[in-house]
Amino acid sequence: MPRPVSRPLRVTANVVGLVAFVVAAFPVYWMINSSFLDRNEIRNPVPTWVPFGGDLDNFRTVFETDQFVNAMKISLMVTLLTIVVALAFAFVAAVAVSRFRFRGRMSFIVTLLVIQMIPVEGLFISQYKMLETMDLLNTVVGLSLVYVSLVLPFTIWTLRGFVAGVPYELEEAAMMDGCSRTQAFFRITFPLLAPGLVATGVFGFIQAWNEFSLALIVMTREDHRTLPLWLSTFTDVNRGTDWGGIMAGSTLIAVPVIIFFLVVQGRMVSGLTAGGVKG
Amino acid sequence: MTDMTTDFGRPPKPRRSALPYLLLVPAAVALAVALGYPLVRQVVLSFQDFGLAQQFGKPPEWVGTDNYRELITDPYLWRVTLRSLVFCFVNAAATMAIGVGLALLMRHMSRWVRLLLQTGLLLAWAMPVVASLTVWQWLFDTQYGVVNYVLTELGFDYEGHSWLLQPLSFFFVATVIVVWMSVPFVAFTVYAALTQVPEELMEAAEIDGAGGWGRLRNIVLPTIRPVLLVVALLQVIWDLRVFTQIYILQQAGGSTRDTNLLGTYIYRLGIGGGKFGMAAAVAVFMLVLTVVLTAPYVRSMLKQEGED
Repeated sequence: MPRPVSRPLRVTANVVGLVAFVVAAFPVYWMINSSFLDRNEIRNPVPTWVPFGGDLDNFRTVFETDQFVNAMKISLMVTLLTIVVALAFAFVAAVAVSRFRFRGRMSFIVTLLVIQMIPVEGLFISQYKMLETMDLLNTVVGLSLVYVSLVLPFTIWTLRGFVAGVPYELEEAAMMDGCSRTQAFFRITFPLLAPGLVATGVFGFIQAWNEFSLALIVMTREDHRTLPLWLSTFTDVNRGTDWGGIMAGSTLIAVPVIIFFLVVQGRMVSGLTAGGVKG
Repeated sequence: MTDMTTDFGRPPKPRRSALPYLLLVPAAVALAVALGYPLVRQVVLSFQDFGLAQQFGKPPEWVGTDNYRELITDPYLWRVTLRSLVFCFVNAAATMAIGVGLALLMRHMSRWVRLLLQTGLLLAWAMPVVASLTVWQWLFDTQYGVVNYVLTELGFDYEGHSWLLQPLSFFFVATVIVVWMSVPFVAFTVYAALTQVPEELMEAAEIDGAGGWGRLRNIVLPTIRPVLLVVALLQVIWDLRVFTQIYILQQAGGSTRDTNLLGTYIYRLGIGGGKFGMAAAVAVFMLVLTVVLTAPYVRSMLKQEGED
């Protein structure tokens, strides 16, 4: 039973909460709103707050810039390759860390945490040189390689939570019934992990989908840009001329991500806390 | 990120087997290739003269600490470093203050306001960084931006005001964007930690006559201290390395030289200017700076582990 809250405190908290809501949500609403407005409405000094009478012209403009569709293909290829590889690698590593005791286990976990602290910009010069040597600049494989290392530590971390959240006693019981250890894991634990795997995969997908700085140095050729790169150059080209088109492009990139994010974030939080408390 | 002091699951009894090591091989190899090797190579590179001539096949020369000496004697590096540090602390402090404040107030809001606020925060959190940058540029646009419109309507003289021309104003816009993006994570994490504060303790303190502030200081803050530390640590790391926001705003206007932070400076030296040896030296410097800044946090976190 929470204690009753004093009235002035509640009123203050509510006012602050509403103001914070407006500040947080307004840019997202404004992006979507502007993407439906035609040139004249956008250039009207008095802003149009609701896109009544809006149309889809801006979205048509975006799809007609040939680079958009191409960038979407590149982005999809890079993110899918990244996620498939990262999930596979992270999954076996998470099983090792949460189902076995072995020498160096703690060092591995600590290393993961330390890696999380390395700023991307602190390494991208030498990553660029490395990919150049390997002839992997401007390739899907090259960008995916650095992306795998980007999402791997966090992916192992969350999957470890999901695996640890499934009590080992369940596997032991199955082994009593005559399963081998491997069979027990795949029949009992693995099905319970499926939602966690999906959530972690989606989260990693979002990270790779949004990433900008590494894409900027690896994908220097125009026909190899990812969507964030495409959007930043599209903005340059259209500086102050076609805000409607820019907002439509932003909406196309952002809305799927927002929806995915809203779907998985609750599960991610439970994954991070699972296994910690239960032991 | 959750409480780092949790134990890591309770694995079954140790069995002498090579299996766990085999399971770790793919991840370890991927990290060694994509991060470990570049880290070593970067340190090597920072002691070499590696410029445009080397790009075209001339073997790099060892120059010892020349790159570092040149950097340290260049006042521009110190200006960029100071700028980065100030930007980092202002942003991290603003993010923490707003995020923790919202989390504390969330407990006192009516249910519908709290849900509304959490929805808004989730939207801001979910926005891809480049998309949010284009939107904020549009909001701050000189001619048609809402910000100038609203300020002018309120009676200020902001018609046609250019926000990105002056460095200070440029960094103000960058700060608004960074804080807007970072607050949700802090607010949600701290709010989750607040649910762990024991209710009995709060009631007992109230019976003993502790006021709201007293309860906050003596019960709430000590309980969530580990979480606050981790979150603050992450903010400092993230805000020190801020790159995308600065780079994209620089494309939009503003003098590059006056608005470079460490991340963009490394990029412009190396990828932009072809001085890879120098850029590597700045990058090593930035990594060391990150370690120096985060060492006190990490130490106090380890101390907490020791106490628990």
